Amino acid sequence: MGDSRFTQQELPACKPILTPRWVISTFMFVSLVFIPIGVASLFASRDVVEIIDRYETDCIPQDFKNDKVKYIQTPGEKTCNRTLTVPKHMKHPIYVYYQLDNFYQNHRRYVKSRSDKQLRNPNSENDASACKPEDMANGMPIVPCGLIAWSLFNDTYSFSRTNQILTVNKKGISWKSDRDHKFGKNVYPKNFQSGKLIGGANLSSSIPLSEQEDLIVWMRTAALPTFRKLYGKIEVDLQEGEVINVTVENNYNTYSFNGKKKLVLSTTSWLGGKNDFLGTAYLTVGGLCFLLAMAFTIVYLIKPRRLGDPSYLSWNQNPGGH
Amino acid sequence: MVGGRRKKQLFSRIYAFSSGKASSDVEYSLIGGTDFSRRVFCNDPEIFETGYPNYENNYVRTTKYTLVTFFPKALFEQFRRVGNVYFLICSFLAFTPLAPYSPLSTFLPFVLVIGVTMGKEMVEDWRRKKQDIEVNNRNVKVHHGDGSFGNTKWMNLRVGDVVKVEKDEFFPADLILLSSCYEETICYVETTNLDGENNLKLKQALEATSNLNEDSKFRNFKAIIKCEDPNANLYSFVGSLEVEEQMYPLTAQQLLLRGSKLKNTDYVYGVVIFAGHDTKVIQNSTAPPSKRSKIEKRTDKIIYLLFSVLVFMSFTGSVFFGIATREDLENGRMTRWYLRPDDTSIYYDPKRAPIAAVLHFLTALMLYSYLIPVSLYVYMEIVKVLQSLFINRDLHMYYEEADKPAIARTSNLNEELGQVDTILSDKTGTLTCNSMEFIKCSVAGTSYGRSVTEVERALAGRKRSSLAQMVTEEWGFVEDSPKPEPSVKGFNFADERIMMGNWVNEPHLDVIQKFFQLLAICHTVIPDVDEETGTVSYEAESPDEAALVVASRELGFEFYERTQTSISFLELDPMSGRKFKRLYNLLNILEFSSSRKRMSVIVRNEEGKLILLCKGADSIMFERLATDGREFEEQTKEHINEYADAGLRTLVVAYRELDDQEYSEFSDEYAKAKNSVSADREVVVEAVADKIEKDLILLGATAVEDKLQNGVPECIDKLAQAGIKIWVLTGDKMETAINTGHACSLLRKGMNQIIISSETPEFKALNKAGDEFNVCEASRSSILNQIIEGNVLLEESSERSEALALIIDGKSLTYALEDDVKDLFLELAVGCASVICCRSSPKQKALVTRLLKVKTGMTTLAIGDGANDIGMLQEADIGVGISGFEGMQAVMSSDIAIAQFRFLERLLLVHGHWCYRRISSMVTSLLVHSVFRFFLLFRFLDQGVNLQFYYQNLKMFGTENHFSITKFFIK
Repeated sequence: MGDSRFTQQELPACKPILTPRWVISTFMFVSLVFIPIGVASLFASRDVVEIIDRYETDCIPQDFKNDKVKYIQTPGEKTCNRTLTVPKHMKHPIYVYYQLDNFYQNHRRYVKSRSDKQLRNPNSENDASACKPEDMANGMPIVPCGLIAWSLFNDTYSFSRTNQILTVNKKGISWKSDRDHKFGKNVYPKNFQSGKLIGGANLSSSIPLSEQEDLIVWMRTAALPTFRKLYGKIEVDLQEGEVINVTVENNYNTYSFNGKKKLVLSTTSWLGGKNDFLGTAYLTVGGLCFLLAMAFTIVYLIKPRRLGDPSYLSWNQNPGGH
Repeated sequence: MVGGRRKKQLFSRIYAFSSGKASSDVEYSLIGGTDFSRRVFCNDPEIFETGYPNYENNYVRTTKYTLVTFFPKALFEQFRRVGNVYFLICSFLAFTPLAPYSPLSTFLPFVLVIGVTMGKEMVEDWRRKKQDIEVNNRNVKVHHGDGSFGNTKWMNLRVGDVVKVEKDEFFPADLILLSSCYEETICYVETTNLDGENNLKLKQALEATSNLNEDSKFRNFKAIIKCEDPNANLYSFVGSLEVEEQMYPLTAQQLLLRGSKLKNTDYVYGVVIFAGHDTKVIQNSTAPPSKRSKIEKRTDKIIYLLFSVLVFMSFTGSVFFGIATREDLENGRMTRWYLRPDDTSIYYDPKRAPIAAVLHFLTALMLYSYLIPVSLYVYMEIVKVLQSLFINRDLHMYYEEADKPAIARTSNLNEELGQVDTILSDKTGTLTCNSMEFIKCSVAGTSYGRSVTEVERALAGRKRSSLAQMVTEEWGFVEDSPKPEPSVKGFNFADERIMMGNWVNEPHLDVIQKFFQLLAICHTVIPDVDEETGTVSYEAESPDEAALVVASRELGFEFYERTQTSISFLELDPMSGRKFKRLYNLLNILEFSSSRKRMSVIVRNEEGKLILLCKGADSIMFERLATDGREFEEQTKEHINEYADAGLRTLVVAYRELDDQEYSEFSDEYAKAKNSVSADREVVVEAVADKIEKDLILLGATAVEDKLQNGVPECIDKLAQAGIKIWVLTGDKMETAINTGHACSLLRKGMNQIIISSETPEFKALNKAGDEFNVCEASRSSILNQIIEGNVLLEESSERSEALALIIDGKSLTYALEDDVKDLFLELAVGCASVICCRSSPKQKALVTRLLKVKTGMTTLAIGDGANDIGMLQEADIGVGISGFEGMQAVMSSDIAIAQFRFLERLLLVHGHWCYRRISSMVTSLLVHSVFRFFLLFRFLDQGVNLQFYYQNLKMFGTENHFSITKFFIK
């Protein structure tokens, strides 16, 4: 017979008994911790300055308002000027995002339509079977293949303020691990956008994939149909009230599926971008705990009862039985 | 061949009331017809080579599976769980392009789940297999054809073989008794394993085969037995034996059943007629019902709910998917161009959107399978197996004396132990140890015996514990209170006034002498003298009778020999210290029966005087006393009441001297009555006996303790404090049951007792007078009235908050369990704090259990040790077998086996409680886990329109689960 303390279930164990004092102080403790955190993160989030400019409708000339799709599918220059006013002082780095709505990068067909091997290794360029129908062009494998790469976002933005051009730094906008490990340094685009249908942006066939950062960003598919992707960084501060001119090259077709396009400029705080949710969540939970602690305290003070009182057991309510 | 033929004894004389009766001829005309087609060629091994008749051999298999059928059958069992079918379908679909993730990620965990459960099945079946091997390889002596017997294995026995079974061996198959070591070709059989009765049964062979009493005589024995086909009826048998062209009828009187044991008989010869699975005991065994705990059932319901949520979600999702897909092409223009709807496969084809939607539905079913935790069942199994290990290993439930730990035979029900509402307990062998101890006696109006009874101890203990309970709320263990074990089994008597021959100094010396002489003479015990040591042991039909004989031996009246006509004992003369022999000529034994409630012997002593010695229940004995024999009546009655309160079984002892003429009249009449062949023979015999058993002179009373197992009263007390009700279902007499009830604190002073009985005087009158139908009707209405009265009483007492106890006997129970009455009965029974059902048959036990289980919906636990409890054990939600000393039948059909009743306390209050808490918290948190993960997934699928395989495949059988499981069985 094994008679270790384990088999006899005699190992030391801690089993807190939920006495009123314990419960109330636990709730109190949680609320005391959570409420300051919530306040701090709300403040951090409020500190972030964001400029959002929806431009996809405004950038269609009046003549084409009724058939935006035709406009966007017609070849030619489609520049569009936007002016943004800085509402508050913006500290650098200022992140430039584009935001798409109603774009299902998470569609099962779309998300699978890529070949990670091909992206990584120049010798596996024929490994494009998952990429149908964007796998081959004229009998040659497309590098990078698949619907994701094919539909690469191709609007461009250039910024200037009072005749001074604001340079956008497009280096380092993708994940380092992606650049180093997922996209090969010696893999060059081949036969890209040479099929019958042109999807999105073209890629320079002389730059290796690991340096095509727009592609790398795009290939990291978004989980939700509304998403932002990093376009670049502006490395100077912007002053309050400054007017910024943006020249948009409006190439990308979101009109077919009624998608919105937005340009977003945003600073960051220690918590990241603008996001009130975290702070609100902390405040809610902390507040609830506080309320509960108060309620229990009141109950405890007004109507206390002995713990583990067996007279409350169901069979003790009826003394006729055992 | 060992020993000679036993001393010839005329046992038919002892068993006046139970010799075999001839069956009617009608039954025998059936032989050879349908259902009666069996023909057995005895002692004819060659017949098997000719291939006829081809009956089953004696190999018995109780396993669920064989090597060949294991895989198909076990797999089938697995897929009876709906959850598993779902996962099987998912696994197959996972190999199609429909799958949202790689096929292995569903298939592997699924195979693991199935594999683990099947592995468990295999281990459990292997245990059964080992037991089978042990039984099948037992040895038995079988006739080899030339008059010699040799050992063979049980499984090699074939129908028609002649076997020789020796004392205390089990019968290997159903046999027809041919002859025994006794000249009357009788033998004694213990059938505890079959019906739970622990008295010995008498079997007798036919005259025709009685000469076959030596090995060599079987050389030329040939016979043909024609009989009924195998069936499950234990108490009837119809057949005929054809030997030397003569036909003889066979009855159950000649049938020795597998599972019973030869007792008090050196050897018997028998021929195998039913072997292996044809034997009655195996025909009787029903497949154990598979029991599932309430948690499991509820989990199933939750899974069904989740499954319908899953189907609903998938359905809505695919409807939206279908709509979205159809809109991908609008008038030939692509809307979501980045999906290339113009050049697509069937899964996303806008032109065939409905098909795409259907396919999407299948995919969604697979993808959302997070909602149904595939691993839940396997985790439950694993946790339960570990929990049953804890139960098996618990030292507090280990019975050292018999080296028996607790065994959780099915791990399914661990947590159910924590939910028990009512315990249905057997009495003999469960609450009591089935050993009787002579503990007190009242002779000539003086009470002797200073030993403390269990009840007195319990009473004393309760006083102490009610104080102690206020101080500590802890559950403690029953301490085996230190008490000197009686050195002699059945004897726990201590009183220096009459022990060691001191009785000669007592005032009523002659009465004391007669008292113990009577105890030494008036019984049907068979002595067994060990020739080497000279000690005498006794084999008795019932343990209380043995206890009385043992008591007389210990006090100096050593019964040592019984012949057909005499009883001899050694009486110690306290003056000289020498033993001298007394010999009584045995004339008649008027046997005990439940209606007579007494037994008498008529003997002629050495001086030639005729004496009738009688012992019996107080209720009938006092009315039979002579007017001049009532000298000690008052004191004796007082003592008997005291004894009964102390939970003892009492017998009144009296005698009478007969004159020769009276005896010879009686003797003639008695012989005539015994030899009459009519239906009411027993009644006539009883009436004759009744005439002579009167005008008795009272000697005193004996008190025998039906010994409770250790710690039973304390355990029952604890369980009662936990709000668990205890019902005792026993086959014993009402008086005994009430005694035990007092002893184990089920019945307490101040409890109102409702006794529902069919033994009321009105009943007896009816029984004597009426035809059967009237009696039936009358008793039914009377029982109904008693139950209604009881209910009224119940209402009254609940207002006054008094505890009630219900005591009902078997006959009343028959009526109480009828459809129109049973609800009323149940209402009454549930309202009572204690319920005792006496004289209940195994079937009634099962019926009561079922009634309680089905009507109240409460969890019931049945506990018992004998084969007569099997029905009850299988019917209850949990069956607990006592793996004491006697047969293993109850254990074999139980869910959990413990060695002692008192371990129930720890089993229920500790293990049951812990198991329930742990399992339920595991199930809930696993379910919450999977539901949360599902919502996470669903959120990112954006209302189900689109699917992604973004989720890491292996998370399906996620690592976090593996961690979470460990915490549930440790803390």
